[in-house]
Amino acid sequence: MKAFKDSGHLFRLAAVFMVGGLAFLAVRALLVPRSFGQYGHYRGIAMAEMAARPVNFAGHQACEDCHSEVLEKKSRGKHVHVNCEACHGPLAKHVNDPGSVQPAKLDTAVLCVRCHEANLAKPQAFPQVASADHASGMPCDTCHQPHSPAITDGGTE
Amino acid sequence: MKITRRHMLLLLPAAAIAWEYVRAGTPETSPNYQLSEHWWGMLIDLPKCIGCGNCVRACQAENDVPEGYFRTWVERYHVTDYDIEDPHVDSPDGGKKGFPPSKEAGGKNFFVPKLCNHCADSPCTQVCPVGATFISPDGVVLVDKTYCLGCRYCVQACPYGCRFINPQTMTAEKCTLCYHRITKGLITACCEVCPTGARQLADLKNPHDPIHEFLKTHNVQILKPSMATHAKVFYNDLDGSVR
Repeated sequence: MKAFKDSGHLFRLAAVFMVGGLAFLAVRALLVPRSFGQYGHYRGIAMAEMAARPVNFAGHQACEDCHSEVLEKKSRGKHVHVNCEACHGPLAKHVNDPGSVQPAKLDTAVLCVRCHEANLAKPQAFPQVASADHASGMPCDTCHQPHSPAITDGGTE
Repeated sequence: MKITRRHMLLLLPAAAIAWEYVRAGTPETSPNYQLSEHWWGMLIDLPKCIGCGNCVRACQAENDVPEGYFRTWVERYHVTDYDIEDPHVDSPDGGKKGFPPSKEAGGKNFFVPKLCNHCADSPCTQVCPVGATFISPDGVVLVDKTYCLGCRYCVQACPYGCRFINPQTMTAEKCTLCYHRITKGLITACCEVCPTGARQLADLKNPHDPIHEFLKTHNVQILKPSMATHAKVFYNDLDGSVR
């Protein structure tokens, strides 16, 4: 086959480009992650990987499934909208295995002042105390019951 | 039929195209979670924030954020009466251990929680050279840490300073809006532990989400609207001095 003089050079050149092109496609198929471009210019599977991470905070629904008596107590007080893990900390492990993982006992002297220590930058309407003057070192739960903190006539519950 | 060299050459490109689809497999999704049904954001109700730092601690516990780095943090603003354009801002340890008593009385004092604004037109995702950071179809700005080079381009592109390089993995890291929680039907860790409801997760595609009523009836602002980032973290009653 000879289209014109020395045309074999062109065919050989085309063959080289073709082999190169195929090699490029093969290497690209190996290197580009499987789900890249599924939703956009990123690995689509990355979202599923991130979603698979286990949770540490179980969420208040999980707490309320078992501890309905606390929910009842909270519903009568100012802390009704404060979720359990706001004070008790992350307890997904306890939810998964209530028998062997027990939440730590909380120290109200540390915990309450996180929110209620007086600070100029806090909203005026938010109940605040200067803890040193207010309790003189006594833990808050001497007088206040944390789940329903107002001091009623009958004392603390 | 005998496959000749000619047939083989014709078949190869077709096989290469088909192979792409074979390798892609079926997309993995959470069973009841539809990407297209959500568009996540957050509402920060500033008059309710008491600066307790619960959100900062919860974020670090939930997401294993390295010590000294923050995916969310709380700033305390002190705006003096004589210079409203130049507020004093402090955030000791990101507000994780609360705030010491304010020294200066007078003027305006308030807290501002900060986090990734999950911009709908995010500058950080646009500059990524490898496609490691992206806006997911449900509106969350995420980092694919197995694909990130750690080039820091996105860190300097974020106008809100919400990104950092994780010193252990040397990849970019940021708030994921607790993607592992919201896809399971939970709210973010920071919203879960906020005692006053100052932080509320918002699904802008859910017509029953209270965010819609709130946006209609309150003075809501986003940070740096002039950057046209279309941020989805909405601040109620935001002071003009907040940057």
